[in-house]
Amino acid sequence: MRHRKPRIMIVDDEHSVRTSLREWFLEDGFDVVTAEDGLDALKKLDSEPPDLMVLDLKMPGMDGISLQRRLREVHPDLTIIVLTAFASVETAVEALKLGAFDYVTKPVDPDELSHTVRRALERKQLTDENARLRDKVTQLSTASPIIGRSRGMERVMELVGTVAETDASVVIRGESGTGKELIARAIHAASPRRFFPIVAVNCGAIPESLLESELFGHEKGAFTGAHYRRKGKLELANGGTLFLDEIGEIPAKMQVDLLRVLESHRFSRLGGAQEIESDFRLVCATNRDLEALVREGRFREDLYYRIHVFSIELPPLRERREDIPLLVEHFVEKLSRSMGKPSKQLSDESEQLLQAYGWPGNVRELENAIERAMVVGTTGWIRPQDLPLQVEQEAVRPRDRSLESLESEHIARVLREESGNVSQAARVLGIDRGTLYNKIKKYGIRSG
Amino acid sequence: MKPEILLAYLGDFRPDWSEELRRRVTAATDHFVRSQPLGIDLTHFFDPDRQQYHATLLLAELLRHLPPSGGRIVGITAEDLYIPVLTFVFGQAQLGGPAAVVSVMRLHSQFYGLPPDERLLVDRAVKEVVHELGHGFGLVHCPDRTCVMSSSTYVEDVDLKGERYCAECTGLLLSGAAGSPVS
Repeated sequence: MRHRKPRIMIVDDEHSVRTSLREWFLEDGFDVVTAEDGLDALKKLDSEPPDLMVLDLKMPGMDGISLQRRLREVHPDLTIIVLTAFASVETAVEALKLGAFDYVTKPVDPDELSHTVRRALERKQLTDENARLRDKVTQLSTASPIIGRSRGMERVMELVGTVAETDASVVIRGESGTGKELIARAIHAASPRRFFPIVAVNCGAIPESLLESELFGHEKGAFTGAHYRRKGKLELANGGTLFLDEIGEIPAKMQVDLLRVLESHRFSRLGGAQEIESDFRLVCATNRDLEALVREGRFREDLYYRIHVFSIELPPLRERREDIPLLVEHFVEKLSRSMGKPSKQLSDESEQLLQAYGWPGNVRELENAIERAMVVGTTGWIRPQDLPLQVEQEAVRPRDRSLESLESEHIARVLREESGNVSQAARVLGIDRGTLYNKIKKYGIRSG
Repeated sequence: MKPEILLAYLGDFRPDWSEELRRRVTAATDHFVRSQPLGIDLTHFFDPDRQQYHATLLLAELLRHLPPSGGRIVGITAEDLYIPVLTFVFGQAQLGGPAAVVSVMRLHSQFYGLPPDERLLVDRAVKEVVHELGHGFGLVHCPDRTCVMSSSTYVEDVDLKGERYCAECTGLLLSGAAGSPVS
């Protein structure tokens, strides 16, 4: 992260006041912007946003109080020190009611001005830090640990550890419910950016018309209903990680815009001309076959290569059944705490049912099944009748046990465990590479 | 050769210690320093309401009396200085500019109801002149309380600091990386 000098904006109609205060603050090591009235200040706020404003109350045109009212709408977090003549202390009190940090009367003692400015900047720094830490605490308190001792999950955690230290873009692939967002958060939590926010956007859940504003933010009046300026997720992710879930669903026009941002890390809010710089690390997730989308022309190839620096594939739950007891134990503990209920144990029959079920909804479906059992169960055990109906039915319904189905599933698992290395997978399977390639083609197995 | 620094005594101010000040400023800045009276009429800069002299306007006047070949000037006055907004200033300079002005009025112990102390006065004057020259060289205030570029809003702050630039400020001066010149 780059450090810059704090910037002070001086708003005063008197040229001599602006000049002398400018020199005073420059000598103190600040970056200084001056504005001769309220309108001039509003214009300059976008191009040169200050950390602190020193505002004269008595000005022709838009006076200090009117400017403060406008600022409450567009820059509610701006720290303001009010300058006032001794005779207008009552107005200064009004300014304080509007949220000014403090006021000083003209002429002010140099030491008083110096201290007021330093106190204001310290408070701003603490307020900003407090907001960042609150976000962090919320994230930490809501984040779930990653549970699993299967070979597949161990491999995933190794990859997370490897990639977290770098700043490379990552694509996390996996079926719905496998925990892609948890992996994104684990990468962020182990990265040097962990003290800054991770900002998540579900590209598939937001209508196309709103996604642009969600990502880029907008200026007041940019479109009907834009009553206030709003920062976009790209801007909020500055210093941290931007997590784009369901990246495969992003519309064609947004793909172009996103590519441009990823190349320059600069963009403008909707309806705004000012370029904003944001330094973030990108992590994406998808349950779609991105390569197929590229071949079909539905996902830009240049964007694909830009985001696809590192890939992590999450195994579906049916391929890591040995993790089911651990996951159940974790969910039972978590839910019993949040529901204020005593813990339960899994009966042998229930465990057999859970092991036999196909889990199309993966870990998320398992968590829902356990939650249901915790709610409806009346004993200290999770019994078959406490589990959702489809889990019970699946156990009695013959699954697809054909040889081809089992072979396809087994090849896919070995390939995944060998990180897509066909030669290595062929050795493990005890067949030659040519035969394995033929089977991959026959069953349509993705090798990535 | 480094450009000359002119210490210009304003109005009819002619202190006995001007030669000592010249010598110590020479030692602190490593420049050739000369001192002489400058007969400008200070009444033009006097504000009868505040009973003080306008430092910024005085600074503008001093720019017209710069020594030749890129030299610098520091006006030294016995009068009390102010800039609009502030109640007083010990001195003023333009960051990266060739002119500065220093008032010794609030450097006298008598100003604070204490017995006269000429030694202390000269110490303070040296520090203020070297400090304002530092701003002229592009230096901003330094967090090192012993450095002459440390900020002083009370006379006690002036007494706390030394009369030399600290190692970091000296490094900035030598590397030419001190703040941006005046526009």
